[in-house]
Amino acid sequence: MRESVGSLMTGKVVTITSGKGGVGKTTATANLAAALALGGQKVVCVDADIGLRNLDLILGLENRIVYDLVDVVEGRCRLKQAMIRHKQLPNLFLIPAAQTRDKNAVSPSDMMRLGDDLRAEYDWILIDSPAGIERGFRNAIAPADIVIVITNPEVSAVRDADRIIGLIEAEEKGPARLVINRLNPEMVKRGEMLTPEDVIELLAITLIGVIPEDESVVIASNRGTPIALDEKNYAGQAFRNIAQRLTGQEVPFLDLERKDGFLGRISRMIGLGGKA
Amino acid sequence: MKKLFERMLGRDDRSANQAKERLKLVLIHDRTDIAPGVLENLRDEIIGVISRHIDIDTSAVRLEMTHEGRQQRLIADIPLLPAKRRR
Repeated sequence: MRESVGSLMTGKVVTITSGKGGVGKTTATANLAAALALGGQKVVCVDADIGLRNLDLILGLENRIVYDLVDVVEGRCRLKQAMIRHKQLPNLFLIPAAQTRDKNAVSPSDMMRLGDDLRAEYDWILIDSPAGIERGFRNAIAPADIVIVITNPEVSAVRDADRIIGLIEAEEKGPARLVINRLNPEMVKRGEMLTPEDVIELLAITLIGVIPEDESVVIASNRGTPIALDEKNYAGQAFRNIAQRLTGQEVPFLDLERKDGFLGRISRMIGLGGKA
Repeated sequence: MKKLFERMLGRDDRSANQAKERLKLVLIHDRTDIAPGVLENLRDEIIGVISRHIDIDTSAVRLEMTHEGRQQRLIADIPLLPAKRRR
């Protein structure tokens, strides 16, 4: 354990992980970062998925990369040189992953050192974890103050989420918080998709947000502008709500059915005072 | 109507319910790393040990894994046979 040296700011390191690939970690990282920055917070996101770089693409910053995470760790550049500032959100920065290296280029202690350096200057440090349960995952959670597990309401994603939650607890980084991504309210209504209540009961961790399935998330990724920046979009609202919950505000869960709120019941269940 | 009736009886065969029931079982084994066969062997040995000392209904012994939150628990339900009448 290193002590942070007399810094003015003490930012929080939040690692976004999942177990299973393709459930929306990178999209969630980009959107939470954008939502926090939109709320006036100073944010840096770190793409820890070395060799499979993507956070740059989702944030629309892919053409501005000069240095990357491995360059920082191996001392080829200063931290500041590897940080890319977002155009629309001047208090949002990205440290991209290296694309031509692998996970062994970085160690958990490298990541802890990086986390300590960044905590001194930023409110939030969001780390996009690679999928899986190996070195890349351990690198990503090493500096974490908060771990967010993202899953889809689907059997294999829930099972893998459970594995990763167990590992997070074993590493003493728990309790993890849960984001359920790509919930289809129509399928839930028909009884053909696990409800958020089902998933919470199975995984036995605290829910921090539910993101509805929405094609505009794909469209936003196509354009490289996070959906959280779209004021009118429902999925964007869901991401902004998670960002607010991270900053300690109590925000009722969105009523994804719009009429008869099964999410209202969850909000009550976890004591967040759901709306009717 | 039939579906509603079945649901009232707790027989919901819609896929979400199947997913939940299947996950419940698979997560117990994932979390404990205990294969289903191990539980079966354990059950037989427990029956052997206990029935050497007391009369139990060996056919009704149940050994199950349950959980409270993320804490796993092994539950044994062992019905005793009624005492034989003394003359």
